[in-house]
Amino acid sequence: MAAAMIRDLIGSLQAALGALGRYALFGARLAIETPRALLRFRLVVEQVYNTGALSLVIIMLSGLFVGMVLGLQGFDLLERFGSEESLGTAAALGLLKELSPVITALLFAGRAGTALASELGLMRATDQFAAIEMMAVDPVRRIVMPRFLGGVISMPLLAAIFSMIGLYGAQLVGVQLMGVDQGQFWSQMRGAVEHGDVMEGVLKSVVFGIACSLVAVYEGYHSLPTAEGVGRATTRTVVISSVSVLLLDYMLTAVML
Amino acid sequence: MATDSSSDSAAIVRVRGLHYRAGGREIFAGVDLDFPRGAVTAVMGPSGCGKTTLLRLITGQARPERGSVEFDGQEVVALPRAALYRMRRRMGMLFQNGALLTDLDVYENIAFPLREHTRLPERLVRHLVLTKLQAVGLRGAARLMPAELSGGMARRVALARAIVMDPELLIYDEPFVGLDPVSLGVVLRLIRRLNDTLGVSSIVVSHDVREITAVADCCHLLSGGRIVASGPPAEVAASTRGDVRQFMHGLPDGPVPFHYPAPDYADQAGQVR
Repeated sequence: MAAAMIRDLIGSLQAALGALGRYALFGARLAIETPRALLRFRLVVEQVYNTGALSLVIIMLSGLFVGMVLGLQGFDLLERFGSEESLGTAAALGLLKELSPVITALLFAGRAGTALASELGLMRATDQFAAIEMMAVDPVRRIVMPRFLGGVISMPLLAAIFSMIGLYGAQLVGVQLMGVDQGQFWSQMRGAVEHGDVMEGVLKSVVFGIACSLVAVYEGYHSLPTAEGVGRATTRTVVISSVSVLLLDYMLTAVML
Repeated sequence: MATDSSSDSAAIVRVRGLHYRAGGREIFAGVDLDFPRGAVTAVMGPSGCGKTTLLRLITGQARPERGSVEFDGQEVVALPRAALYRMRRRMGMLFQNGALLTDLDVYENIAFPLREHTRLPERLVRHLVLTKLQAVGLRGAARLMPAELSGGMARRVALARAIVMDPELLIYDEPFVGLDPVSLGVVLRLIRRLNDTLGVSSIVVSHDVREITAVADCCHLLSGGRIVASGPPAEVAASTRGDVRQFMHGLPDGPVPFHYPAPDYADQAGQVR
């Protein structure tokens, strides 16, 4: 019994390491292809539209509500210490360093990541990759790379928009609803938020962009050519992306604090 | 260069001693085949006998366990990726479902190989695309998306895409599946006409005996991992071999049994699960 459990555990560990290795190899391939793919920037721009522009509504709505909640909770907390004028600083630091990159990445995985994985999975299932190969064109170079780069470029832009709308939401609740002084709200924020705080958020969103896009294109490109295979690739994209984002967030925060 | 020395050879594709195994099952057990230059050659056989796998082996999409596959005197099996891609530029393949790129319209699907491999001016690309669309009778459908096409139209567009780079070998994987009689007749005529007017060689994989024997110059019949009959369609159809007769005349029972292997009926009926 115990021996079987240990065997299963070792088997699972080996499988996980194998998967990690395959991800690393695929990631390395994409990194090598990146300069060449950037030369065909029109293809990348199309994918920035597909993954970025088409995610705008969900990102802006979420940003607004997260900012409004931050305004309410922040006001409630800061009021207890008599420092509600610091609401702007608290909201800005929370959004820029943590909430914007993480929530944007989770929403990106759910909207754009699943769309990418299912699109690539369906291309596999309907022989489109085989047809591209038969036309002597490398599908990773022509199809996967622009989608990967589109995701990587979109993520920091989406996170920036999330922060902007989130700050507006926090201001809406804090200043317009709860009566925090408008001047204090903005001036304290400008005084306290440093360049490094902004860069921390930017770095996180770039790393999350690479992670989420890699997971989506890997799972989609390697999905089984069946309806079930495409469904599984989509589910795995959301699960692996979300867990990776939270894990990477902890690691990056620990390193940068 | 091997290609030059063999370009006079009668066979454009030559398969020798082909062994291939998939999922523990032997698909090919020593297959020898020649595909004559300039002819329409049919590969027939029951479902699951490895017809599509044979195409994958010829085009280098799969590697055999043993044996050799030559395209125009060039060994396909050992080709590195770059050389394989160079070889594929001399081939055009029509997939069973067309395999059109779903995010591009008909025009862009056909222009795809031109845009990837050449730097032709847009006017010339347009001229080439419209010429190929005219050849398959779909010039008017240039701006439709793949989702707006019927099965027959999608296959004709895929055929236009397959010929846009002027290949030497055209490969058709089950081109008649799911087509209505009119579309089927159109595709049949196109296979013959393109082969003759473009001066290419064609390989057609199908299990539609009547259709394929009407258009092919010669045919090979695959069964049980081996070639069981080869020659002109009429000659193969007249074969007295049991398995060949069964396939060519569509007999429900014969050497290929109607029943999937199972235990004795009485024994199985008595079992309560």
